[in-house]
Amino acid sequence: MVKPHPTGVGPAADAGRPLLKRPPLRPRTLWSRVKGSPSALLGVLVVVLVVSLAIFAPWIAPYDPSEQFFDGLTIEGRPLGPSARFWLGTDLLGRDLLSRLIYGARVSLLIGVAANAAALSIGTLFGTLAGYFQGWTAMIVMRATDMMMAFPALILAIALAAILRPSLWIVALVIGMVNWVWIARIVYAQVLAISGREFIDAARALGVPTPRIFWRHLFPHLLPTLLVWGTLGISTTVMFEAALSFLGVGVRPPTPSWGGAINESQSYFLEAPWLVAFPGAAILLTSLAFNLVGDALRDAIDPTLRGRG
Amino acid sequence: MSAYLARRLVQAVFILLGVTLITFVLLYALPADPARMIAGRSATAETVDRIRAELGLDQPLLVQYGRFLGRLGRGDLGRSYAQKVQVTELLSSRITATVWLMLGGIFFELLIGLPAGVLAALRRHSRLDRSVMLGAFLGVSAPQFVVGLLLLYVLAYKWPVFPLGGYGSLAHLILPAVTLGIAGGGWYARMMRSAMLDVVHQDYVRTARAKGAGEGRVVVRHALRNALLPVVSMIGLDFGTFMGGVVVVESVFSWPGIGQLAWQAIQIVDIPVIMGVVVLSALAILLGNLLADLVYPLLDPKIRYT
Amino acid sequence: MRVRWLVLVVAAVLLVPFAGPTAGQGRNTMLVTFKDDVSTLDPAIGYDWQNWSIIKSISDGLMDYEPASTTLVPHLAESYTVAPDGRSYTFKLRRGVRFHNGREVTAADVKYTLERVLNPKTQSPGAGFYTGISGAASFAEGKAKEVTGIRAVDKYTVRINLDKANAAFLHTMALNFSHVVPKEEVARLGADFGHKPVGTGAFRVKEWVLGQRLVLERNPSYFLRGRPYLDQITFQVGVEPNVAFLRLQRGEVDILGDGIPPADFVKVMADSRLNKLVAVGDQLQTGYVTINTQVEPLNDVRIRRALNMAIDKSRIVRIINNRAVPANQILPPLMPGYDTDYKGYPFDREQARRLLAEAGYPNGFRTTLYANNTDPNPRIAQAIQQDLATIGVRVELKTLAQSTVIEAGGTKGGAPLLWSGGMAWIADYPDPNNFYWPILSCAALAPGTWNWAWYCNRSVEKLVEEADAMVQPTQAATRAAKFRQIYRMVMDDAPWIPIFNERRYTMHSARMGGVKGIFVDPIHIPVHYDEVRILGR
Repeated sequence: MVKPHPTGVGPAADAGRPLLKRPPLRPRTLWSRVKGSPSALLGVLVVVLVVSLAIFAPWIAPYDPSEQFFDGLTIEGRPLGPSARFWLGTDLLGRDLLSRLIYGARVSLLIGVAANAAALSIGTLFGTLAGYFQGWTAMIVMRATDMMMAFPALILAIALAAILRPSLWIVALVIGMVNWVWIARIVYAQVLAISGREFIDAARALGVPTPRIFWRHLFPHLLPTLLVWGTLGISTTVMFEAALSFLGVGVRPPTPSWGGAINESQSYFLEAPWLVAFPGAAILLTSLAFNLVGDALRDAIDPTLRGRG
Repeated sequence: MSAYLARRLVQAVFILLGVTLITFVLLYALPADPARMIAGRSATAETVDRIRAELGLDQPLLVQYGRFLGRLGRGDLGRSYAQKVQVTELLSSRITATVWLMLGGIFFELLIGLPAGVLAALRRHSRLDRSVMLGAFLGVSAPQFVVGLLLLYVLAYKWPVFPLGGYGSLAHLILPAVTLGIAGGGWYARMMRSAMLDVVHQDYVRTARAKGAGEGRVVVRHALRNALLPVVSMIGLDFGTFMGGVVVVESVFSWPGIGQLAWQAIQIVDIPVIMGVVVLSALAILLGNLLADLVYPLLDPKIRYT
Repeated sequence: MRVRWLVLVVAAVLLVPFAGPTAGQGRNTMLVTFKDDVSTLDPAIGYDWQNWSIIKSISDGLMDYEPASTTLVPHLAESYTVAPDGRSYTFKLRRGVRFHNGREVTAADVKYTLERVLNPKTQSPGAGFYTGISGAASFAEGKAKEVTGIRAVDKYTVRINLDKANAAFLHTMALNFSHVVPKEEVARLGADFGHKPVGTGAFRVKEWVLGQRLVLERNPSYFLRGRPYLDQITFQVGVEPNVAFLRLQRGEVDILGDGIPPADFVKVMADSRLNKLVAVGDQLQTGYVTINTQVEPLNDVRIRRALNMAIDKSRIVRIINNRAVPANQILPPLMPGYDTDYKGYPFDREQARRLLAEAGYPNGFRTTLYANNTDPNPRIAQAIQQDLATIGVRVELKTLAQSTVIEAGGTKGGAPLLWSGGMAWIADYPDPNNFYWPILSCAALAPGTWNWAWYCNRSVEKLVEEADAMVQPTQAATRAAKFRQIYRMVMDDAPWIPIFNERRYTMHSARMGGVKGIFVDPIHIPVHYDEVRILGR
């Protein structure tokens, strides 16, 4: 199941709460806020760790993640438990689990970022159009989002993955196509609130071209929201990718993926629970970290929400 | 009120049309041929063609869709390609399991989420608040299949308190429901907390307090009642998503619900079954949202639909 | 108010009873578990390993096999005669055999049954087995009202004429598709016949709750005296193999329908108490990789041979916990025509590299391998991928839903390499031609068929036709020898990489028994339901 909303503060609560103040996007302010909260600090730490693992995977990983060691399985074909040679043990093909998890960070992050970029772009585009032009445009966009929300999201994703043949980018695209709806709704509400304000009217009256109004006047106000939702969204996306891979329709083997690792060893989890526990912990920590960071960002950007979210 | 209902119903019909049309197009584009799946490995190309014609799959997309709509109008979802059973019969054989899982899931979501959220709100900024919120984030960040598999390992294998998946008794329901509850509970806790905080600053709560009502009474009678609004809308949403099949949890616990049915149908392009699941879950989502909206005025007399 | 509401929900959840399956073991009954629901029991339609043997217990064909063997014997037929040219078969029916509804089986029912299978409206996956009957084609096309080649000579005599001799014809008369069904019940039930099947079999359906259980009860007037042994069989579905395994050890389950869970397999076989409950045998199955003989550079036989030499089959067998034996040829060991003297291609990467260089690809090439996305197939595909990489063949994997893989295989140029597992070839009947016609023949060289290697060798085809004309029992040995020659020729062309032959491991409770080999019956999976019995009764 895919939860509707990265924060869970359902649409009724504060999805549409516009951030009307000029955004305090100075990194220093952000950092001082983050420093004050232990959980945000934890989040930042884990994010930095995962990102470095992903970037430096070839230097950190002890082995090639795809190498199936001949002695990586017992003679009866059972995976090896954690040992000095294979720190986290081997998977069902005799590959080093640790190396696969390290390389798996690349897949999770790439998809997390790419899928979110897709969702944010599509969502922002449609949300802005609807909020700015209102009338028919808004009507069409909003009904389209209604429709997407009435879709069983995971079934849609599975069907798309089956049609388009799973590859890393396709999975990202599929996730983006499912997730844009929420962004569109949030952006719509914000643009609706902003575009009623005097400075937009003034710009219009002065004959400023529409794309310029979008870019210069609307977008800066959306940026903080997008940053928050973008960060929170990575968490949802990492989990969504893991779920698709777990079902066997995510990135294709032998590309190492955390969800895929669990999918492959599911039949063995009673015998070798570490095959599920280690990748599971990786997914959990990464997803948690992005949630915490996103939450802290929101607190920092919108002081009225501080301590509320 | 009835005008509002009518408007919502018309909207629902259009949404349903859109959803089915999109699914239909997607299935049409699927690089797999149901006729070949039915024909089996000994079939000649002619046999496959005949079966294709028999199923009407040789018709243009719009004609097929039209036929589908015609049948749908009569409440007929067609027969499964693989099992030759009425799709409605297949769905109804699965729906009990799905409804149980849904009720169980929502039950544990509320059981975990609401008290946690209320406690956190009442002890705002305390260590308790911070741990509850971190716990809530942990819950929402844990993939259901990991939680499910680990619950199975610990509570059904190492210490066999519960059965190792499957369906048939209340004991079977607990673990999958808790798995759903852990993720959902996190959302509910966060939402409950924020809704409570919104409410406790409202005038009527202050008034109640000023009048000398006990703190517990204030919380239950006033704050809680109003904070439940977003919770109700969330349950409405959950109702829809759960009916669409909780594919992952059902797969981990081999729960014979709608999600498993959909998953198997996608594997063998059993189009009538896939369409049936999509229609059912879209209906459930629309209905869930509508119900949530209709419950609002009951909880908050200030809201009226016109 | 909220508390009251919660209490209500709890009460509802606790009090409303689940419709739980009856798992209790009666005295002369058996409990079999499956994970997936049993699908249709219509003999004309059911075609998966699960419903295949259930259908065999509900209905009967003119021919059948001796229990635990591949020996063909008359069944609903009392006797049969074959014309010298092998193009005409005359069956004498047993008298007094009755359908579950009480009506006697006649020759007209046999004719009706076969015509129903051939009728495109039935959408039978078995129609292809009977298209060799005279007049079948024009009937299927709707040009004729009946199949002229099937004649009810009198009430108890059927004659079937074929367009050309087919040594496997009698096998097709044992296939489920030809199991005799009563016209009036099919007409009455329509498409629901698959869920309320009526046949002549040893069992009939007593109760069927979709998604929960299927209960069969003994047919008291079954025509074979003394069969079945059991009064009732319950198939409980939705049971995870792990759960079934634990319950079997507690004596609550009699047969593991889905087999021993992979992770427990090693433990079971090493446990002197548990391994007594496991019957081990062969099955008519080969797991193979098809090499598309029509795409570059795989159209070069040297390349295909090189691929055959590059795979470490013993390691792949180890990945599936040694539940198979490495294969070196098309046919599985149990099949007549299996060539014990044939050694196949050696596992020799040096030679493979040399062959690639000879063919003009000293540095290998890129290609694609399709595989089903259910475990263990992606793992096997990855092992193949790594093996091929050692000779420079860089393989891209496409692990997809079964239907998509089948579609790719049946599309010309669609799948360069395809791993058959998960859609695997378990033979329909124990005759060597079953491994040729649907999956390797020129006749099947068309889009949408299962000749995924897109292989066609006219001289092989001619030999198979000659072999199929040897219909007399006295020619059996000559025919087997001919098939050994045929499959050596096929292996020379290397359209496949045979990987392994799966073995059967059926786990059953200690109280179950029957004639030797009953739990690994090559035709019935997991067990021959008519022949299995409770020990000591």
